[in-house]
Amino acid sequence: MTPMAALAETLRSALGSEAVIDDPQRRRTYECDGLAHYKVTPALVVLPTTAAELATVVRACAAGGVPFVARGSGTGLSGGALPHADGVLIVTSRMRRIVEIDPSNQRAVVEPGVVNLDVTRAAGPYGYYFAPDPSSQQVCSVGGNVAENSGGAHCLKYGFTANHVTGLRWVTPQGDLVAIGGKAPDPPGYDLLGVMVGSEGTLGIAGEITVRLTRSPEAVRTLLAGFESTDAAGAAVSAIIGAGLVPAAIEMMDALAIEAAEAAVHCGYPAGAGAVLVVEVDGAAADATHEFDDVMRHCEEHGAFELRVAADDRERALIWKGRKSAFAAVGRISPDYIVQDGVIPRTALPEALRRIAALSAAAGVRVANVFHAGDGNLHPLVLFDDAEEGQAERAEEVSGAILDLCIELGGSITGEHGVGSDKARYMPRMFSDDDLDTMQLVRCAFDPEGLSNPGKVFPTPRLCGEVPGRRSGPHPLVSAGVADSF
Amino acid sequence: MGPPDPSAAPSTVSSPGSLAASLSEAVGTEHLRLGGSGDAVGGFVPRFVARPVSTAALSALMRAATRHDLAVVPSGGGTRLSWGPAPERVDVVANTKGMAGVVEHVAGDLVVVVRAGTALDDLQAALARAGQRLAVDGHWPGATVGGLVAHGLSGPSRLGFGTLRDLLIGATFVRADGTVAHTGGKVVKNVAGYDLGKLLHGSWGTLGVLAEVVFRLHPRPPASRWVTATAGTPAGASALVQAVVQSQAVAVAVELDRPPQGPAALTVMLEGPSATIDARAAALGARLATAAHSFATSPRNGSSPICLSDLAPPWWGRLPVDPGGVLIRATTELDALPLLLGAFDAASEATGLAAHARGSAGVGSLMLGLPAGAAPDAVADLVSRLRAGTGRWNGSVVVLDGPPGMLGTLDAWGPVAGLELMQRVKEQFDPGRILSPGRFVGGI
Repeated sequence: MTPMAALAETLRSALGSEAVIDDPQRRRTYECDGLAHYKVTPALVVLPTTAAELATVVRACAAGGVPFVARGSGTGLSGGALPHADGVLIVTSRMRRIVEIDPSNQRAVVEPGVVNLDVTRAAGPYGYYFAPDPSSQQVCSVGGNVAENSGGAHCLKYGFTANHVTGLRWVTPQGDLVAIGGKAPDPPGYDLLGVMVGSEGTLGIAGEITVRLTRSPEAVRTLLAGFESTDAAGAAVSAIIGAGLVPAAIEMMDALAIEAAEAAVHCGYPAGAGAVLVVEVDGAAADATHEFDDVMRHCEEHGAFELRVAADDRERALIWKGRKSAFAAVGRISPDYIVQDGVIPRTALPEALRRIAALSAAAGVRVANVFHAGDGNLHPLVLFDDAEEGQAERAEEVSGAILDLCIELGGSITGEHGVGSDKARYMPRMFSDDDLDTMQLVRCAFDPEGLSNPGKVFPTPRLCGEVPGRRSGPHPLVSAGVADSF
Repeated sequence: MGPPDPSAAPSTVSSPGSLAASLSEAVGTEHLRLGGSGDAVGGFVPRFVARPVSTAALSALMRAATRHDLAVVPSGGGTRLSWGPAPERVDVVANTKGMAGVVEHVAGDLVVVVRAGTALDDLQAALARAGQRLAVDGHWPGATVGGLVAHGLSGPSRLGFGTLRDLLIGATFVRADGTVAHTGGKVVKNVAGYDLGKLLHGSWGTLGVLAEVVFRLHPRPPASRWVTATAGTPAGASALVQAVVQSQAVAVAVELDRPPQGPAALTVMLEGPSATIDARAAALGARLATAAHSFATSPRNGSSPICLSDLAPPWWGRLPVDPGGVLIRATTELDALPLLLGAFDAASEATGLAAHARGSAGVGSLMLGLPAGAAPDAVADLVSRLRAGTGRWNGSVVVLDGPPGMLGTLDAWGPVAGLELMQRVKEQFDPGRILSPGRFVGGI
């Protein structure tokens, strides 16, 4: 019996046969996450139903020196849940229990496979919601949000997943189940939650998550504004921020993105607009009205030719539908596309858009722009046709050049999609060797054997205990067959 | 700045003269002096006080400290040096006050890069000129931003804006071996790599020395109001808290102040447009009056009128302790607040110690001040009585400050979940245990 077959047997007897998938056809359905051009079929797929079972799986992997990768709903866009060919894929989709909605403590306790929006649905009747709202929130899991430190359109005002997780039952890479934090604030000691959230599966796996619930706002006002150009829309954004307003969200789409959204979901955005802004203001009713009037005034003063205010929830949903479906929508205007995720200081927005346009023109590759304008998080959609020779390569080049541009302008290579498999090679452009070695110290503290999601986030990590600055030849993990394709 | 030479073994025997030469070379002769009794940390007089004026000098200092196995305690304004258990040893106090000033403030990005030795008050003054602020509002005169991050302090407005943990978006710091490392960046939205800033926040100088920090900023509010109600009982105070946080008031802070004798004041801070704030404050006042009334079961523990003000009460953002006193932080789940307040009363009565409670009732984190001269045995008794109940409100009890002799005699930190992981992190970052050894949880 191969070691993997033995591991499968062990896990079958511990978790039940329905929790273990070794059939090659069924394993292949897990070969990729939302970044579908990276594909690896895992050696084994395991679906635990409780945190204790999750710990059992990890313990068995650790005992056998087998790499493991966690996967929630598989919506990630950086290949963070890309399986390991010789490893176990641990899928949390059977861990979908909302353990507790606790309005008087303003907390919810959920299993990692719980869908993001289901937390809000469960908390809604009590007047609460879960603030992080990635565009995939109808599908993506809270465990995945924890791994990726997911954001969303409203993190301009409400922050990211890291700001909303107050407790974790965490499965360490050794398979120990450790409780960190809880419903009370300020647990003594190092802020382990702060590094666990956003660690992209490399420091262990969330087995249970305690999240802050946010009071549903008394009033929400949503505006769609059409502008002649992205420059005009950008100037309106600057005016809004400059006036000291903090809307819940400020989103921008350019003409190509609008065209795609119209084709896909008929959201009725202003015809002929070079850019649209979606601005949302929320809070106490009197304040929201006051701030909303200010926002409208700034849009008008900066050339908005059409202002559309959502009169009710249906109109609000329609405005958001165009924005939230934008990624998928470009499929209507291009056979293939790359979703990029980069960040620039917000004030560099006009320069960034001009230079992206120049890159696009020079390479003959169309780029549609959708972004969180309030915080400078760009999502350029690089369009290409894989059937035409050389197009995919040119699109990759433009996409990479946009990341270089983000770094040059003082930003980041990822605002919310994570580094994963896709961007590990860009990390050295943003961080020095010393910076990366320092992050690696945390990895070595949690996972000295390097079994938890190996090959993600970091390029060529040194082995724990290895003296820095002395790398030569192939990486030892590669030679040992423990890891591949860093 | 290259990596430290790994072949250089720590020299266990160094003459004071050669040590001084080595440290002088690192930070410059004019920035090194011999330690005196006024520099003592936890009763230890350091051999040297170094005042590096750049990240490079700080790095050189830490390299020298590693080479000579010198224990280093970082300091900023010196306002928190008495906090926590005494270090096991202190050879060098590394003072960052020479590393001060705003490096970059792009108002349009609502971001500031500031050197760690900058006093918070100086930073706020600079930001105010652009109509902005770092959204922390504790009263910490002389404290530096690096020291505040390292100790994880928070002020009343943490309810609305989070703590410094949530406002810190990037940092440059120097590791025990002198390596200069960066984490995060200059943009608010950024998930590239581990967020080491959060790890450094509240690490009490045991993982690295902060050189520069990057904060996200907020606009200064057009108007602020403070609405105060009083409650005679723990249950009454908790009812007021719930009345605010469950409402649509959008409070930025919900603070409690409860002197040893007398009722608790519950003060709520609102911020917003000038045009609407008075109406909002009045509506909140009415809501609080209703909540208070429902708990006024007899005239004796009844409530006094609601007070609306455009000024903060004098105790706002101040720690409830006098010099030489004992400061304890106690946390709770929000709806168990009456249990914690009741436990304060019971422990105070049993030990005869007058306890002054104050803090962020709206998030469940309170400070407890005991008077100067409190007997160590009585303090230890009070702490163990509080800890005996933490299972009922799922919080923690930590002794932050007190006379040096006392902090060594009791368990300042109490039980710590995840301690083994923390010890492994420390072992990686500071294998030689030269950064504030012994000050932190579990003897870290």
